[in-house]
Amino acid sequence: MADAPTAEPKEAPEKDKAPPKEKMTLVVFSGELDKAIAAFIIATTGASMGMDVTMFFTFWGLNILKKNEGPAGGKGFFRKMMNRMNRGGPRRLKLSKFHMFGMGTGMMKQFMKENKVPSIDEFIEMAQEMGVKMMPCSTSCGVMGISDDLFRGGIGDQAGAAFFINEARESKVTLFI
Amino acid sequence: MQADETLDCMGLYCPMPIVKTAQKIKQLQKGQVLEIVADDPGIKQDIPAWSKTTGNEYLGLEEADGEIKIYVRKTQD
Repeated sequence: MADAPTAEPKEAPEKDKAPPKEKMTLVVFSGELDKAIAAFIIATTGASMGMDVTMFFTFWGLNILKKNEGPAGGKGFFRKMMNRMNRGGPRRLKLSKFHMFGMGTGMMKQFMKENKVPSIDEFIEMAQEMGVKMMPCSTSCGVMGISDDLFRGGIGDQAGAAFFINEARESKVTLFI
Repeated sequence: MQADETLDCMGLYCPMPIVKTAQKIKQLQKGQVLEIVADDPGIKQDIPAWSKTTGNEYLGLEEADGEIKIYVRKTQD
């Protein structure tokens, strides 16, 4: 469109240039590889489409944010046991179907690599570079005895349901994965 | 169609062509045309949708032997 100056003051087109960004909020409840891939495909695509994306990780979804290395963590004997069995970290995520003691998941990872689909680690880094906010749910962290030092760097502070609802209220797209 | 820049997305699946398009378009000047070369058929739906959301102009596509060339004009800063 032509930028012909008219009687209109300059403010009008300037205002049009920077409309408020649309928001997208995802609840990532699941900690399985396939569901994590779906969540990150949607998050990175939303960010690529100019949206402000927030991912709220809760329950099993917290496993996605855990470091691959280091101790399993947890306060007290039972939580330590549980976190050891539920170790998490992007590299340990399993398929929701056809895990088959690791064979199915390994095969799927190989297929993804052959087709140049990013790994979850790569997806997280990409999303962070794009400014996607990743927030852990404070209740899940508390209940499961997960402390902040078990999470990878660059993620947001722990938050509660009110934070999610406030984000979701302002969002055009909200999904529970 | 004449393009100012070309982006090679051959062999890439969703979301990578869109992620790369969003990165690449930042390097273009307003009014310039970006050509995206891809083989994932999803791109034929995705680039028009991306253009509509971001406010850039989808110009059309050419397809031959499984190679899709798709054109977008940068109309946003």
